[in-house]
Amino acid sequence: MEQLIQQVAAGLANGAIYACLALALVMIFVSTDHINFAQGNLAMFSAYLVWQFLQWGLNFWLALPIVVVISFIIGVAIERFILRPLHDAPVLSIVVVFIGLLTIFFSLAGAIWGHTINAFPSPFPKFNFPGAAYFGPHQIGMILTTIVLLLLLFAFFRFTPLGLAMRAAAQNPASARLAGVRVDWMLALGWGLAAAIGAVAGTLVAPVVYLEPNMMASILLYGFAGALIGGISSPGGAVAGGFIVGVLENLISYFGDVVQNLTGLYIIGNGEKLSVALLIVITVLTLKPAGLFGRVSVKRV
Amino acid sequence: MATTTTTANGVTRKQTSRFGAGFSRNVWLLLIALALLPVVVALLPLVGGPAEVISSYTFLQLSLMIVYSIAVLGLNLLTGFNGQISLGHGAFFAAGAYVAAALVAHHHWPHMVTLPVVALFCFVLGYLFGLPALRLEGHYLALATFSLAIAVPQILKYRHLEGVTGGVQGLNLPKIVAPWGLPFTPDQWMYLLVLVVAVPIFWFTRNLLDSRTGRALMAIRDQPMAAATMGINISQYKAITFGLSAMITGIAGALHAGMFRFVAPDSYPLELSITFLVGMVVGGLASLPGAIFGGIFVQVIEKYADSIARSLSSTLHLPIDIEPWTIYGIALILLVYLMPTGIAGGIARLRRLMNNTGRRSGTS
Amino acid sequence: MLQSSRRLFLAGASALGLAIAATPALAQKGKYDEGASDTEIKIGNTNPYSGPASAYGVIGKSIDAYFKKINDDGGINGRKINFVTYDDGYSPPKTVEMVRKLVEQDKVLLLFQTLGTPPNTAIWQYMNDAKVPQLFVATGASKWGDPKGHPWTMGFQPDYRTEGIIYAKHILETVKDAKIAVLYQNDDYGKDYLGGFKEGLGKDANKIVKEEPYNVTDPTVDNQIIQLKNSGANVFFNIATPKFAAQAIKKAAELGWKPVQYVNNVSSSVGSVMKPAGIDNAQGIITALYLKDPTDPQWANSADMKEWKAFMAKYMPQGNLSDGSYVYGYAVAHLMEIVLKQCGNELTRANIMKQAANLKSVEIPLLLPGIKVNTSPTDFYPLQSVQLARIKGESYELFGKVLSNEAASN
Repeated sequence: MEQLIQQVAAGLANGAIYACLALALVMIFVSTDHINFAQGNLAMFSAYLVWQFLQWGLNFWLALPIVVVISFIIGVAIERFILRPLHDAPVLSIVVVFIGLLTIFFSLAGAIWGHTINAFPSPFPKFNFPGAAYFGPHQIGMILTTIVLLLLLFAFFRFTPLGLAMRAAAQNPASARLAGVRVDWMLALGWGLAAAIGAVAGTLVAPVVYLEPNMMASILLYGFAGALIGGISSPGGAVAGGFIVGVLENLISYFGDVVQNLTGLYIIGNGEKLSVALLIVITVLTLKPAGLFGRVSVKRV
Repeated sequence: MATTTTTANGVTRKQTSRFGAGFSRNVWLLLIALALLPVVVALLPLVGGPAEVISSYTFLQLSLMIVYSIAVLGLNLLTGFNGQISLGHGAFFAAGAYVAAALVAHHHWPHMVTLPVVALFCFVLGYLFGLPALRLEGHYLALATFSLAIAVPQILKYRHLEGVTGGVQGLNLPKIVAPWGLPFTPDQWMYLLVLVVAVPIFWFTRNLLDSRTGRALMAIRDQPMAAATMGINISQYKAITFGLSAMITGIAGALHAGMFRFVAPDSYPLELSITFLVGMVVGGLASLPGAIFGGIFVQVIEKYADSIARSLSSTLHLPIDIEPWTIYGIALILLVYLMPTGIAGGIARLRRLMNNTGRRSGTS
Repeated sequence: MLQSSRRLFLAGASALGLAIAATPALAQKGKYDEGASDTEIKIGNTNPYSGPASAYGVIGKSIDAYFKKINDDGGINGRKINFVTYDDGYSPPKTVEMVRKLVEQDKVLLLFQTLGTPPNTAIWQYMNDAKVPQLFVATGASKWGDPKGHPWTMGFQPDYRTEGIIYAKHILETVKDAKIAVLYQNDDYGKDYLGGFKEGLGKDANKIVKEEPYNVTDPTVDNQIIQLKNSGANVFFNIATPKFAAQAIKKAAELGWKPVQYVNNVSSSVGSVMKPAGIDNAQGIITALYLKDPTDPQWANSADMKEWKAFMAKYMPQGNLSDGSYVYGYAVAHLMEIVLKQCGNELTRANIMKQAANLKSVEIPLLLPGIKVNTSPTDFYPLQSVQLARIKGESYELFGKVLSNEAASN
């Protein structure tokens, strides 16, 4: 039983990582209809920037906002200078552009900072409390940050004119344009926000998995799965999806373990847990094609 | 009535260019002749000509280009012509490689004899995967196929399959040499074999796309609703396309395994699937010559990126080294800029431009 | 008339050809195979500069830097080293392709330090068919010392199997009622270690109460560590690459699990494993060493360490001084230099293998005191000795005597 609780707790902690990245993926999807495969490496690059500022002696709480702003600018710049001229290109061509960006960020980080892992300090204060074995301070901080980010986004979209304009631009560009919304800038803004969220995600992930150019490679897949299972267009769903994927994976290997202990038969373990987790996610998606929390979109003929 | 010859009928011409990018039969024959040229050159020593004009390594690269072309063709059939996206075709490539390798290593089959089994196995695998995938569209299918690419190395290492797959160690295969004392080096022989497999596959795909079936495939991609109302059984067509696509890519995988004489789970990472996708898009979506361009592209780009990075690093003296993958990434983005519809699309556009200017100068 | 003049021409041409062929032979200082000349020795290499194992890419880079230093100092017996290294992304087919390029197109004299077990397995047969040396491969798999079956391939570091055996013996000697938990990477490397470890345990193999694999695509190994902890084990053997080894050490501490910990040599670096894991969490961890750790103060004043630091300052100013991979690259490149020097003016592939198999108690910089390189025509394992060490404070404390393969298998 204790192991089960630990596994769920660890799953939730990992889930927070996936949720954060899923949130960034959803931001870009909502505003541009693209799934940005370069999101993970962009977040990794931002995390390296934070680390670099820390090396230069800056306080973390000063470094993070600076990097969030820098990332926002990088995101906007990518949209304006790289994707804007391609708005007519086929979707798969855009995917190839993302692959290009992904390799550029990976190799740049490697060239600048090397491929050796670096420890990344947790920004959250260390303190002891009962149950710290299940959730460390960093894990709690990670989960809280993710939820706060979600609430901020929710408030932004719901209560600010800019958020409203972004939603309008995404849902009905033509009408939005007539209403005076600068639709093209809204897309860039979506990219900027996604990159900024990614910067936070990268900074939260780095203390757990260590800072290195590959650090987001596998997390991107989990974030992708989380975003889809939550319904790709819903930020709340993406966060929930991230947590679900994190817990699901741990439970699979836990049950494989239980079965092996009871019967002595090896069926499933840590070697295959990811495959099985993905199988379950996909099965769910075939049954609920709009994701668990997405709205069903009616196809127009 | 609506034949593929270039008539004044605009629709027909458009359909031809869908999968031929305006390539006529003569161009195809020229391509085959070009592909055979290295063999002729290689045989020159027999009649007293110079030896080693084309090195063994060059033959390996040429064979690889063809193998990648076949793999990209398989993907293109599914994604380009039928509109089903796949980010995980490396999985079928690996499946083909392992079926061939297991038959060769455990049952001592000659490598080429395994190909029909590979084809059948991968067809069934693709078909079975395609059935549930019918309910998944767009991003969901992307995730499903992406997952497949992640899962395959894990399945190959799975404890209860180790007897067949060789587990983490993989399987070593014997060298494929020319039989009956034929005067070919192993690399030349492999090139010939690859070519002999590739030509019928391209021919088959071309005819398939030219048939009712092919038009149905494209109708499903462009107008699924209309296709359904016209009585096309969408789910059957889609699943069969998935099977055929997996089959073609699987055959490429089997050839690849024969060339490298070694299969291991690490040989089929996610990056392989991404490579096929890049080849397909850069070569030209929904274009048969595009598959060839794509196969050539993915084989040469990395080497060029490497040498460009080296020369840039040695001439520019930047504080950091320029890495080949930076060049690779920039090259991909630039290519999409210059030719958003791929190399095949770019060539077609160029030909149109030239035709137009020619016609204009002719009339004036 | 025509006939005879043609014959004359042919005779003349062949005489000329002979002359051309003979002239350099007369002028040459030594005997060469492809890739070597009076002025140059061409050495090929593949390394994972990208992909999941890219952290090891610094080995290739530091070897490159070492050869630059040799060239600046006048080369080896007057010949400059031309080191050609390609990225294989740790993918075996890519390795084959790159190695064939090196051998057939770049025409290197030999291959040196190709990295990784799967990549080297893929080119193993090819190199032996082509009769081109595949020297000092950067992997500790136990299969590389096979002079009969694969006379052109030689390993370098102490093999994983032997190391596994050494840990097993140590556990049996020192831990009462050992209940062992193992974390291992789900590939060739992880299973080789695990196999050696079980071999060392022998009839006590049932003392392993839990073994959990991880894949390099896993973001963390938290889940595995929880399972290992809950098995009730009091010994933890950590067969992981640096990133995952550090995660495992950290997670074990977070869970309050305090077993006797062994970590494989692959992840013994203080700077890139123990410090990221938290040096407090790493106290008491046991590993087997053969190289000096660059962060260890006890070596700070040794001549070879000073030399290495001067080398790093000049040739790799951006290199991470706490990363053990730089030490590794420097040491193995030095061994290559010794072999090439020993070859004198006979730079043939056969002679290179002969000299590589003729190293008697050779000392190379940065090896622990008492550890030397030994090879013979029947012994293709250059390094076979390690010494156990324990993390104490911020560095290792060596203990016991130098252990070798023979001692371990007896």
